[in-house]
Amino acid sequence: MTTVAGALTTVKRRPLLLRRPTKTTGAFSWFTTIDHKKIGIMYCATAMLFFLVGGLEALLIRLQLAGPNGTVVTAAQYNELFTMHGTTMVFLVGMPMAVGIANYFVPIMIGARDVAFPRLNAFGFYVVVAGGIFLYSSWIPGINGVPNGGWFGYTPLTDTPLTAGFLPGRGPDFWTVGVVMLGIGSTTSAINFIVTILNLRAPGMTLMRMPVFVWMMLVVAFLTVFAMPIITVALIMVFFDRNYGSLFFQASAGADPLLYQHLFWLFGHPEVYILILPGMGIVSEILPVFSRKPLFGYSVVVFSGIAIGFLGWGVWAHHMFATGLGPVAISAFGVSTMLIAVPTGVKIFNWLSTVWRGAVRLTTAMLFALGFIAMFTIGGLSGVLHSVVPSDTQQTDTYFVVAHFHYVLFGGLLFGVFGGFYYWLPKVYGRMLDERVGKINFWTMLIGFNLTFFPMHFVGLYGMPRRTYRYDAGLGWDAWNLVETIGAFVIAVSTLIFLANIIVSIMLKRGAVAGDDPWDGRTLEWTTTSPPPDYNFADIPEIEGRDAHWHHKYTEDEEGRLMPLPSGGAAAAAEGDGHHDGIHMPSPSIYPLITGLGLLPLGYAAVYHSFAWLGVGVVVLLYGLYAWAIEPGTEPDESDHGGGAPARVPEPVH
Amino acid sequence: MATIEQTTEIGAPAHRGASPGHDPHATATGVPNTKLAMWIFLASDCLFFGAFIATYLLYRGRDKVGPGPKELFDIPFTSATSFILLMSSLTMVLALAAIQRGDERRLRIWLLATALLGATFIAGQVFEFTEFNHEGLNLNTNLFGSTFFILTGFHGAHVTAGIIWLMSLWGMASQGRLKQGDSEKVEIAGLYWHFVDVVWIVIFTVIYLVPQPAAPGGG
Amino acid sequence: MRLQRTRRELHTRWWIPALATLALVLTACSTESGPENRQNPLRPKGEYAEKIDDLFGPVFWVSVVIGVLVVAATVLVAVKFRTRKGEDVRPKQTHGSTPLEIGWTILPAVILLAVAVPTVSTIFSLDEEPINPVEVTAVAKQWWWQFDYPRDDNGKKVVTANDMHIPVDRDVLVTLTACDESLPNTVGTETPGCNVLHSFWVPELAGKRDVVPGRENQLKIRADEEGVYVGQCAEYCGLSHANMKFRVIAQSESEYQAWLEAQRADAEVALDDSSDVEELFTAKFQCTNCHTSEDSSLSTYGPNLTHFASREVFASGYYELTRERLIEWLLDAPSLIPMQSDDCRLGSPGSVEGAICVGMPSFTKNPPEGADGQRFPAMKHEEAEILADYLLSLT
Ligand code: HEA
Ligand code: HEA
Ligand code: CUA
Ligand SMILES: [Cu+2]
Repeated sequence: MTTVAGALTTVKRRPLLLRRPTKTTGAFSWFTTIDHKKIGIMYCATAMLFFLVGGLEALLIRLQLAGPNGTVVTAAQYNELFTMHGTTMVFLVGMPMAVGIANYFVPIMIGARDVAFPRLNAFGFYVVVAGGIFLYSSWIPGINGVPNGGWFGYTPLTDTPLTAGFLPGRGPDFWTVGVVMLGIGSTTSAINFIVTILNLRAPGMTLMRMPVFVWMMLVVAFLTVFAMPIITVALIMVFFDRNYGSLFFQASAGADPLLYQHLFWLFGHPEVYILILPGMGIVSEILPVFSRKPLFGYSVVVFSGIAIGFLGWGVWAHHMFATGLGPVAISAFGVSTMLIAVPTGVKIFNWLSTVWRGAVRLTTAMLFALGFIAMFTIGGLSGVLHSVVPSDTQQTDTYFVVAHFHYVLFGGLLFGVFGGFYYWLPKVYGRMLDERVGKINFWTMLIGFNLTFFPMHFVGLYGMPRRTYRYDAGLGWDAWNLVETIGAFVIAVSTLIFLANIIVSIMLKRGAVAGDDPWDGRTLEWTTTSPPPDYNFADIPEIEGRDAHWHHKYTEDEEGRLMPLPSGGAAAAAEGDGHHDGIHMPSPSIYPLITGLGLLPLGYAAVYHSFAWLGVGVVVLLYGLYAWAIEPGTEPDESDHGGGAPARVPEPVH
Repeated sequence: MATIEQTTEIGAPAHRGASPGHDPHATATGVPNTKLAMWIFLASDCLFFGAFIATYLLYRGRDKVGPGPKELFDIPFTSATSFILLMSSLTMVLALAAIQRGDERRLRIWLLATALLGATFIAGQVFEFTEFNHEGLNLNTNLFGSTFFILTGFHGAHVTAGIIWLMSLWGMASQGRLKQGDSEKVEIAGLYWHFVDVVWIVIFTVIYLVPQPAAPGGG
Repeated sequence: MRLQRTRRELHTRWWIPALATLALVLTACSTESGPENRQNPLRPKGEYAEKIDDLFGPVFWVSVVIGVLVVAATVLVAVKFRTRKGEDVRPKQTHGSTPLEIGWTILPAVILLAVAVPTVSTIFSLDEEPINPVEVTAVAKQWWWQFDYPRDDNGKKVVTANDMHIPVDRDVLVTLTACDESLPNTVGTETPGCNVLHSFWVPELAGKRDVVPGRENQLKIRADEEGVYVGQCAEYCGLSHANMKFRVIAQSESEYQAWLEAQRADAEVALDDSSDVEELFTAKFQCTNCHTSEDSSLSTYGPNLTHFASREVFASGYYELTRERLIEWLLDAPSLIPMQSDDCRLGSPGSVEGAICVGMPSFTKNPPEGADGQRFPAMKHEEAEILADYLLSLT
């Protein structure tokens, strides 16, 4: 394919509909950008928005449960709330948040200028947006289709046609189609990550020199690529059962509804590692920097991450211990589940050893990382208690499970993400977040989090079932539930503090100027400017070891102690040259947006069996794809007089 | 002494197009981006079909009412269309060989041939579906109907997408926009096409060739 | 100077949060059992629940110890090695330690092995065949439980709802099913219709076991003490999943047999053709579309009412059976237990034509249509009283 700018010397003016957007600044440019950094920001902003929405749903749930026999919402609304809360937090917060951070930093951390397929990257983002809009459009009055079958949508509740009356409304239709869309989005981004990480590494960046965050995203991408098709199949079958009378999970026809559970959890368990591994990666970046020590046992941390990825495929039935699989099967799944604690424990101990005897700076980022270790461990241990099968038959579907997964998801993933924000936002915007506010943010978050979710262990063990919109007074749950609700509001306040910090420090530019390397960082992103230029690096760095940037600044003395190198290499590395005019980055494009949003009408076509929507969707999609295919990845640049270096263009097609 | 971690060099990056002036196709692994992406996509698609095939296998012989495979299958007919699909893999190979030689005329011929063979297969499938329909098998008749139509239907959709892709390539070739240097485009379409063929071999074996269970209702 | 500060902090700070956590955990769990709410798995009242509790207890404490250690270690490293702003501490650059890493791979593995062995042995011991069990079939429907007792020598079985009677000190083998003749078959085969997933859970007697359509799961339960135990549906089953409770009433063997005898008998009050009750019950409000009050061996779409007044709870098992509640229920059931009987009515928002209505309708706010397609007149309070008195006479 023609990627050398010189080969495309004649620029014809295209007809209006196919004219290329050229601006890379201004509001409109956000819709056409294919810069991995801007897309990363948009992913994170979208995820943050959905976190507020999902959190708002959680607050309503907590208000309803604050006391016995609550009447804040009706039973029907409650069921919609927890379904949408779970679905939102998993598919619209957890995954896009990690993908967003990785979008921004993975290319920079491996010394690349962009991802392998920039337009596909933008497409994936818009598909996720489409999926989110689609799911939430079910709340429009009159549509009567808010998903209400729980975040794992067990059959036959969800797949039985409406006329049987099991579940009112079109909830599962919106849910299945919406989640399939989100799956398409995450699969494309996962493929992109794999190719980027494997193929676009800078010279010298061997796999075993990659930052752990990049490693974890590689594992996550593989998990995504293999897990998404399985849930897609399950959802397709549910959709056909509901809409076209197929019988995949209808017991009266001889089918087995448990098949759905197997398929869902065969996806679902790898999915929880898709959610936690990015958090583990972020923590593995933060801890060494703020301990002034390399990560303890890098290769073991990497390989245990890979091991978790593999083992995660062999434990799915631990979500089905009460379904009657038989003693042999559940013994096997119980033991395989316990096994996962081993590689995870190794990580925990290696992290602690990283900090041990370090020069610890308790920045907000570091506090969140340490909080991650403590909170995730609590969540992991309750996970192990679940793997003790007989005990789990008492705990499953109680608040003990709810406690477990919020400790790993919020205490794990989200603590990692918040830590990552405090750590990396200075790079993204060139401004520091306020550390004092940050600490208030951390401590309120930690306290609110534990107030909310620790008592859930108790009520769960005392017999409180999950997914119940009310409970009677006098069962010994009332006080704990009130505490939980108060805790949820403390989290809400803490979240607002975080947002305020971002608004004041970054949007109002009150934060201190960050400089290139505010934390004395170790990895490549700290060698470039804050914010980085479009092309990330003027010169592609040559990598000579792990923690590439550290080697610019430090070495070890005879006793192995840290020793600064004579002159700060950081500045030199970042500024050294001036010939970056010759770098061509892929040009903006509107077609990823058009193609991605083209899925939206197709979604409505599926739910309403409407040929009109189908027509619109197909036209938009084909127009987007066709225009995309004939558009070159990079437009030749007039300012390029042919003498400059040819563009380094990521593969332009697809 | 400064210790730069000496580590095993897994996949040591080759020198690649990241720095100006080098072949942009040289990647860290040596595999072109698009090809790597296609391989990963196909791996993912394996699980897609795998889940449908597993469902089919699980539900074999659990129908409470007929008609079942025994009454419906016309093995010689389906074998013939399967053979046609297999042949299309051969023509696909020839198309790739043609573009690699720079023989654009043969490229066009073989691309078209591949698409036509694929279309014949799809026609056969449409015929089979209507036939089964007449004999009383629908999506909602029994588990066999559900699993059979969904599995083969999604495979048919994959073939159809492949045909559209091949026809687009053929269109480009006809306009002279597919040159020897673009052989990777044909190669990647070929990867997809061969994959779809291989999947059909598995499906055909599983559905048509593995001995059929007892008649519906009997177990 | 650095050492000094570190030591001071060690003695003043780090253990506070650690101890606080420990104290919190201890106070909450040291009673070992929590509230006496009759559905608390930490207060087992039967052999099988006890086996689970005996397994859970030690593993739980091992986890607590590991958790406290890791949390304490996290706080410790953070506090002990923290540096002041601007302080230039240059730590030794350790890259790893193979012996240590092997150590903390093996140690958890050993602990887990110690957990796995009793886990597996408990799984198999809970799976042993019950000895001389009483057999009960639990049919789960949206949103109530039907309990079928085996046929006697005359071929008569007992069908009851929401209250499950069992003899004390004896194994009870509960067969769990979601498919039943009383449920409409929606797929056109000649098999019983099936409901959705539910889960049978009496926390003080045993762990839970799901009710899976198309499968016949079984669960062994056993009560060591007479008394009433609360059960709860534990698998999300739609709108009123929260309310889907039931009672297990453990009695002495003789009381249990007496109860069973009484349930087998026909209704004491036979419906008299000419009475008001007959008119209301069968004609005006057509209760008999979904219920029977005459034959305790029939499985019906709604609960079998033949011996209704002998039950502790009604209305999805959520409410104690009192006259006031019953009247409220008859007038406007969905206000007590949310049900889809409103949503699926023709013409209501989002309704689907021909949808089957799940649950007891409201006879005042939104009266259902009778067989003739006419809406019933709203039920008057006096009518509800008559019906309630009739039902309460069905001992
Ligand atoms: C980020 C997501 C995440 C992660 C990382 C985990 C991690 C684990 N999970 Fe969790 N899990 C969920 C998310 C997650 N889970 C969700 C969302 C559900 C519920 C879904 C639903 O029903 O809605 C769930 C439910 C769930 C169940 C089913 C419960 C039920 O429904 O009855 C089980 C059962 O075994 C389980 C087990 C585990 C185990 C053993 C781990 C392990 O990976 C944990 C390993 C970590 C440690 C053990 C701590 C650190 C280790 C040490 C300090 C070493 C020493 C330790 C020992 C020797 C024990 N999980
Ligand atoms: C990443 C995943 C994640 C996260 C972060 C959370 C966060 C929270 N969850 Fe989560 N939860 C799940 C994943 C998650 N949850 C899943 C998967 C389920 C299972 C669903 C199912 O059963 O199907 C579940 C279920 C669940 C339940 C059980 C419901 C039930 O079974 O009946 C409860 C109950 O308390 C709960 C509470 C909370 C609370 C209080 C928070 C809080 O931490 C939220 C804090 C956030 C905020 C409070 C946001 C701040 C908002 C504002 C400040 C408002 C401002 C608004 C605007 C400006 C618009 N969740
Ligand atoms: Cu029945 Cu929940
Ligand atoms: Cu799991």
